[in-house]
Amino acid sequence: MGSDIGKEIREGLRDGLPIGMGYFAVAFSLGITAKLAGLTPIQGFVSSFLNHASAGEYALYTMISEGAAYTEAALLIAVTNIRYLLMGAAFSQKLRPEEPLLSRIAIGFGITDEIFGIGIARKGYVRASYLMSAFILASLMWASGTACGIALGNVLPGSAVSALSVAIYGMFLAIIIPPSRKDRVVGALVLLSFMLSYGASRMPSSVSGGTRTIVLTVAVSALAALLFPKNEEGGEER
Amino acid sequence: MSGNIYVYITVSALVSFAVRVLPLTLIRKKIENRFLRSFLYYVPYVTLAIMTFPAIIEAAGNPLAGAVALAVGIILSWLGAGLFPVAVCCCISVFAAQYLLALL
Repeated sequence: MGSDIGKEIREGLRDGLPIGMGYFAVAFSLGITAKLAGLTPIQGFVSSFLNHASAGEYALYTMISEGAAYTEAALLIAVTNIRYLLMGAAFSQKLRPEEPLLSRIAIGFGITDEIFGIGIARKGYVRASYLMSAFILASLMWASGTACGIALGNVLPGSAVSALSVAIYGMFLAIIIPPSRKDRVVGALVLLSFMLSYGASRMPSSVSGGTRTIVLTVAVSALAALLFPKNEEGGEER
Repeated sequence: MSGNIYVYITVSALVSFAVRVLPLTLIRKKIENRFLRSFLYYVPYVTLAIMTFPAIIEAAGNPLAGAVALAVGIILSWLGAGLFPVAVCCCISVFAAQYLLALL
């Protein structure tokens, strides 16, 4: 069993490294947003390690900048991270039924889009030793990237900072565009969301950006779920 | 600024933890409700789209550079490029667009 765990850890580190390299660059861009919100590099490192979610952290730093209410911040972070609920539900099928509670908690804490991706791709049951070694390496690089972005963001010239600050949106696009190509409903929703978001941002109102995001997300997704329910395989019901 | 950064960090960490850990520990059965399942399926795409636009235009510092980054990001993602290459190319395109605009 010992060598078995060693193999899982080695493979976890091997798969976690390229993920971590990508994380570092994107987290650097996130660090620039965090700096605007007034975070120190250490606060950035800690918040990034604990949250390890690009969209959720982006929401967090924006909320801090806006001085949003804690409940509003909690709600928006829950909404932006709601895909992890789905991934967690799917992941529960990949764990050994006898997987202990503590190990389930650790695996759950380590879910990110990419860790979920490599975990789902494993043959048979996925092991905690594999997931944890990949997650710890990748998330330390993610947290370091945020800290470096906060520390070095103001050393760079303004043009470089604005160029780097679009990295996070590039990552968002890479998540939403491929499914838009495969699923026309998703594509139409993405387009609709762009237009509604633009419209809402032009409207003079006292409602904060975070609340707009929550209201639009829930409204558009609920409407889509009513009009275009998904069947078992996630395909469209006809 | 109206709040304490440490409270924000604690709140966000607790919410992120709960969202990730609850399904693995509590919900051991499949979600049967079709509306709820469909809703959960659509939420990530909708919320990321809302947060991307028009924010990407503003982040680029120049509307034209932002539009270029948006176009580059959409085209590359459409063609199947990964998260990291798309993010890097968006950055480079903003940098290049700013440089070219400065020449005009």
